[in-house]
Amino acid sequence: MKFSYFPGCTLKTKGKDLDIFARKSAEALGFELCELADWQCCGAVYPMAKDEIATKLSSVRALVSARDEKRELVTLCSACHNVIKQVNNDMKTDADIALRVNNYLDLPTPYNGETTVLHYLEVLRDRVGFDKLKAAVTNPLKGRRIAAYYGCLLLRPSKIMQFDDAENPTILEDFIRAIGAEPVTWGMRNECCGGYIAAEDRAQAEKRSSTVMEDAAKNGADTVITACPLCLYNLAKNGGSDLPVVYFTELLAEALGVK
Amino acid sequence: MSHSNNATEQVLRSSGVDVRKCMRCGKCTATCPAFDEMEYHPHQFVYMVEKGEIEKLAASPSIYKCLSCFACVDRCPRGVEPAKLVEAVRLAVIRQQGQNHMKPEAIPAMLDEDMPQQLFVSAMRKYSK
Repeated sequence: MKFSYFPGCTLKTKGKDLDIFARKSAEALGFELCELADWQCCGAVYPMAKDEIATKLSSVRALVSARDEKRELVTLCSACHNVIKQVNNDMKTDADIALRVNNYLDLPTPYNGETTVLHYLEVLRDRVGFDKLKAAVTNPLKGRRIAAYYGCLLLRPSKIMQFDDAENPTILEDFIRAIGAEPVTWGMRNECCGGYIAAEDRAQAEKRSSTVMEDAAKNGADTVITACPLCLYNLAKNGGSDLPVVYFTELLAEALGVK
Repeated sequence: MSHSNNATEQVLRSSGVDVRKCMRCGKCTATCPAFDEMEYHPHQFVYMVEKGEIEKLAASPSIYKCLSCFACVDRCPRGVEPAKLVEAVRLAVIRQQGQNHMKPEAIPAMLDEDMPQQLFVSAMRKYSK
């Protein structure tokens, strides 16, 4: 199984662990992530305005590259996934945006949202299968109590992301069970960490992130997992807690014995 | 057409939001994680845009408090999507000459060694043109 792969800016810098452990685990599980040539930063936030075109172009370029490689496009960072999937939806469903983007890009074949965008977790669930993952685990994380932090961007807007039930998701809990650990039941798993507000209003980020971390600790978690470098930063740095926050791929690699 | 009507038209067009769908249930504001940081709350964006009160919204720091978490977008029972109005009003402001809310020269003072690139990429996208 080969997939086109969009790592994104942070996975080459502060978020290297998210990428490295994902690649090692993919190898162990028998699928290949083929990094797109010359990919450009997605912009990290989906441009919601109908009259924003330039800010959507880098996502469209990635989508077009995957289409031309005839592969599904895999993302790993929650923000990249959200931006690229929402832009793809615009190209599929918003004729005005699609027309203006195609007029600008002047591609040999116009693009209208043909590429399938998958998050790495969806590859594990829908292409590999959690049963196969479970069978491939050599070092089950027995006795570990993991809190799955979804945050916002994997789940919402749910009509477009179609990742899981946005209010009662299970994919990360199923992942945790597959690697032999126990998922914690808690309420704040799909509430915001504060996101980019940390740049100019750290106090607000601290309020948001500490609410999340207190809830994870109160419910007996020994670790919090995330797929987002900005969530990881906020929860670990602004969450006021000693509870470790790690990328889900790090635990995956540990369970597969390739860490 | 007055200046205010033009501004309202622009926000409605840019956001793609139909403010008339709102039934005033207040769920957007109830679910907003930035609620207590805002002068005008998500539900107020909806009815103030409907009334054409764009200038008050444009002058308020509230437009920089939205976290783009999509909670109001997802949980609105009528599909109004208030975050898109916050974004459209903010864009109407920062697209003007000299109105960038975050300037690159201000960033070094905000940095700590753990901040991911994603943080400033997203902040600059939200706050500057």
